[in-house]
Amino acid sequence: MGWNLIRVYAVLVYLFMFLPVAVVVLLSFNASQFGAFPMAGFSLRWFVALWENDAVMRAFRTSLALGFLCAIISTTLGVLASLALVRYRIPGRNLLTTVLIAPILVPEVVMAVALLLFLNFVGIGRSFIMLLAGHVIFTLPFVILVVQARLVGIRRDVEEAALSLGASPRQTFFAVTLPLLMPAVAAGALFAFTISFDNITGTLFWKPGGVETVPTQIFAMLRHSISPEINALGTVMIVLTVGLPLLGAALARRLAMKSGVSEPR
Amino acid sequence: MGAVSLENIVKRFGSFTAVERTSLTIPEGTLTTLLGPSGCGKTTTLRMIAGLLDPTEGNIVIGGRSVNDVPIHKRNLGLVFQNYALFPHKTVADNVGFGLRYRNVNRAEIARRVQEALELVQLPHVADRFPKALSGGQQQRIALARAIVIEPDVLLLDEPLSALDANLREDMRVELKRIQERIGVTTVFVTHDQSEALAMSDQIVVMSNGRVEQVGAPEEVYNTPASEFVAKFLGASNILDGRCLSRGPDGAELDVPVFGKVIVPTAKAPHLAGEGAAKLVVRAEKLLLRDSPPEGGAFSAPASVETVDYQGQSVRYFVRSGETQLQAINMIDERPFPVGAQVHLTLRPQDCAALPG
Repeated sequence: MGWNLIRVYAVLVYLFMFLPVAVVVLLSFNASQFGAFPMAGFSLRWFVALWENDAVMRAFRTSLALGFLCAIISTTLGVLASLALVRYRIPGRNLLTTVLIAPILVPEVVMAVALLLFLNFVGIGRSFIMLLAGHVIFTLPFVILVVQARLVGIRRDVEEAALSLGASPRQTFFAVTLPLLMPAVAAGALFAFTISFDNITGTLFWKPGGVETVPTQIFAMLRHSISPEINALGTVMIVLTVGLPLLGAALARRLAMKSGVSEPR
Repeated sequence: MGAVSLENIVKRFGSFTAVERTSLTIPEGTLTTLLGPSGCGKTTTLRMIAGLLDPTEGNIVIGGRSVNDVPIHKRNLGLVFQNYALFPHKTVADNVGFGLRYRNVNRAEIARRVQEALELVQLPHVADRFPKALSGGQQQRIALARAIVIEPDVLLLDEPLSALDANLREDMRVELKRIQERIGVTTVFVTHDQSEALAMSDQIVVMSNGRVEQVGAPEEVYNTPASEFVAKFLGASNILDGRCLSRGPDGAELDVPVFGKVIVPTAKAPHLAGEGAAKLVVRAEKLLLRDSPPEGGAFSAPASVETVDYQGQSVRYFVRSGETQLQAINMIDERPFPVGAQVHLTLRPQDCAALPG
């Protein structure tokens, strides 16, 4: 009896959480002009409309570019930072770790305003580069957390063995450390991409005039009307931000299995 | 190939001295063991030879060339770790061939030498497997193959047998020695296991608290320990605190508990200067229990048996003679002495050793 109640309750919670999302996805295939039930029929017209909407496509391209660049920079910096923090004795290591992880803990709005004020203070105007820098700050902690956890599990003596066999430190990194780190690197890059792709708070503060990302574009469109196009855009966003990490996780698992390292030991 | 010399090596970590001023020569082609308890500085010493640690002071010379400024990847060393340290994402063949890839060896030659190395360690059929598909003993053989395939000047083994279970460890011990003798590479072997050290080494370096206690052949270190530490670390020893009364041509005369006045042959008391405090080292295996007093020159003392620890072919007794408890490990034919038996302890002069007190 008690268990059944809990089951019903759990189902209701999930419905509450995911029903709106399902509605958005469903309505994006609605043939009708108005985003409401009952649906008038199945159609891809809103996706076509999206495709033909220059502003949306521009925002989409901006978001993709931002996400990819952010993923690449964040992952590179994150791997380097993790190597420094895990493999070398550096003074103030704990403080440094805290500072690097802090952007997760500080409310996003505070970070956003702080960076904006700082940019004004030093007299740097808003630009795509600054927007990118902001996204990197937001995503770096996730990369560092994932990569560090994995790096701790890679035994130092495996790297020492490579060194003793004649590989230089750089060759050792590329031949041994990086391949073993790859699942975490891929996961970190995916995190960075999706977080950047999703981000709206920071982006609203930092984006230069005339530049929109997908989330800010949706936000802008919502001010005028609730167009079914937004549903279609929402569906694309969901596919990208949910599908990509799932794909990545599956890929990482396969990579790990192939390399013979299932989990960090 | 080449000899390894440590010249006045010191290693400090902050205020902690891991290795105190040490000079040591590891002759070419020998297997030299650094033996000692954990924290004695043996692994630190090995890591300095490897180039994984820089000595605070002193010189490391390999094959006549000072390597202080040579980074590890240019030292041409073979390194084998306790936990194998195979590359988990590479096949056995790629593991073994790893070092050759950085030595401008062509593919066909790599394949040939990898196969040769795998045959040397008696695992010719595992080339395409991944390390995790192999047992611990097999993994360690692969690690050894990987280290020797590059024809290193020096082979460094850091407790390579410690992760294996007991039976396998003894097999691998024989195997390792066979391979080392066959390729004749200068080898430094780090272990805390005295039986490994005694069985495998040409030369043993006993270390304790960052200092070298004794350097010598296995028999020498075992039979004529240079310090109380060495006597206690290698095998079971009784140490009797006494005095040296005089030192003459026949040997050193000691006055010790249990046996009273004894004369220890000069060869067995090399470190004894003369009159003064002295210790008599009595190996448990050399202290024999007898029904009757011995004839001839053996030292003797009456004692009673307190504890009997029967181990089949041998038995370990704890006996009491006056105020002193002694340990004796004897081979037995039939049945051991029972608890409470009155026996005569017997010790041949050449079977004990004397140390300064």
